[in-house]
Amino acid sequence: MNMPFYVAPEQIMKDRADYARKGIARGKSLVAVTYRDGVLLCAENVSNTLRKISEIYDRIAFAGVGKYNEFDQLRIAGVRHADLKGYAYSRQDVDARSLANQYAQILGQIFTHEMKPMEVEILVAELGDEPGNEQLFHILYDGTVNDESRWSVLGGEADAISERLGDLHDAGVEVAAALQAAVTALAGPERTLVGDDLEVAILDRTLGRRCFRRLPVAEVDDLLAAAG
Amino acid sequence: MNLPLLRSLPLFGAGEDPGPSFTGLLAAAGHPRDAGLPDAENRADLPAVAHATTVVALRHRDGVVMAGDRRATAGNLISHRTIEKVYPAGRHAGVAIAGAAGPSMEMVRLFQLQLEHYEKVEGQPLSLEGQANQLSQMVRANLASALRGLVVVPLFAGWDERRRCGRLFQYDVTGGRYEEQDYAAGGSGSLHAGTVVKLGFRPALEPAEAVDLAISALFQAADEDSATGGPDLIRGIFPVVVTIDEDGYRRLDDSYVEERFRRLLASIDGAGDSRTEQDPDDAN
Repeated sequence: MNMPFYVAPEQIMKDRADYARKGIARGKSLVAVTYRDGVLLCAENVSNTLRKISEIYDRIAFAGVGKYNEFDQLRIAGVRHADLKGYAYSRQDVDARSLANQYAQILGQIFTHEMKPMEVEILVAELGDEPGNEQLFHILYDGTVNDESRWSVLGGEADAISERLGDLHDAGVEVAAALQAAVTALAGPERTLVGDDLEVAILDRTLGRRCFRRLPVAEVDDLLAAAG
Repeated sequence: MNLPLLRSLPLFGAGEDPGPSFTGLLAAAGHPRDAGLPDAENRADLPAVAHATTVVALRHRDGVVMAGDRRATAGNLISHRTIEKVYPAGRHAGVAIAGAAGPSMEMVRLFQLQLEHYEKVEGQPLSLEGQANQLSQMVRANLASALRGLVVVPLFAGWDERRRCGRLFQYDVTGGRYEEQDYAAGGSGSLHAGTVVKLGFRPALEPAEAVDLAISALFQAADEDSATGGPDLIRGIFPVVVTIDEDGYRRLDDSYVEERFRRLLASIDGAGDSRTEQDPDDAN
């Protein structure tokens, strides 16, 4: 009988983390920024059909980067969790925090117990009743949760983009300026991104019960032109 | 309700995945559909439960109008004066209910969720045809309850974005789905309401004319059927009237509905003009 070689647990975890990080870094990044009326989510995405940003519930949106099939599976589980909870209790009892915890549990469990970690980073964004009360839960491949309130960056180049966004972000601006800041930060100094390269959606307090809305390519281009 | 799936994220293996169906998800979550129903033999044990009464829907030039009175009755008593029988379903459709109030409202809630759940999971809304079929299946699933006296018979109407026209559907207790070209009425006052609409109907009515016709139909139904509530001028309770067109589902303001009722009453009194020149948009 062959005995497996001993591998230190630290090494196993490190290998898994490296594997997940590499997978995530292969894809493009995504940013979420708050603005006067809500949260704007903007991803670099050349596909018009395979989406990274989606509606979970009335005031909750989901975004994911990394391996599409993996974060899409998490997205659907989130929709199911939210709709079941809203049906069993009430619509106002559905909140991002408990959903983020569930995501963290499942990602943590998979990271520790399965052969292969999920190569994803996800964001659960919830609109507050008042400006400034937005919640952005950023969850990593190993189940680590970060609670952010102004902006959040997902993906391989998160550090560089986050640094750029720090100079550009202003939570009091309108949607056009927020989009401009997000796109500038995503693109960096050497590139220009246009509507066709992007997937943009908003959670906006002014939209009634279902606050989630996708911005079509033409509208993104108009907003970018308006923001100059 | 005990939903074990709420304790952790509902992830399914390929074999058990309920897909975009919310009712399928409920079933997978172990929530039985007809728990607590009385036995068929014990039907007499069921006390008088609230029944929702008269609803009408008719097509007009730009879409459809739906309207429902506000009364619920239990036996010979009025049990509620302000219940609502017309609800939005998706962004471009509405559902109006007649029958046992409790099961009807539960069906509407499930139907609304079913449509929204589908839209979120699939990333695009269900077609109007698909929505009408979904409702048909839900009515069919209620058949066992219907045989025990808890009948639910909805009307469904909406704007079909593919065909670019308003469409309306009537159902029977077996889930039979019947598309109507002109109008449909349901509930205890449907005979009278339907007759009024029938006499006043012509193709491509103006939206405001269709609203007035629906209002007139409910008024006449309330006049003849004790289970249908008329406009309650003392308490300020008026039927719910909604229009559905290309721009979606919109409930008309109570103040507008009141104004149209007062005009109708004045015309019946012989003192006013019942013709409609006003667009419902102007009133809001």
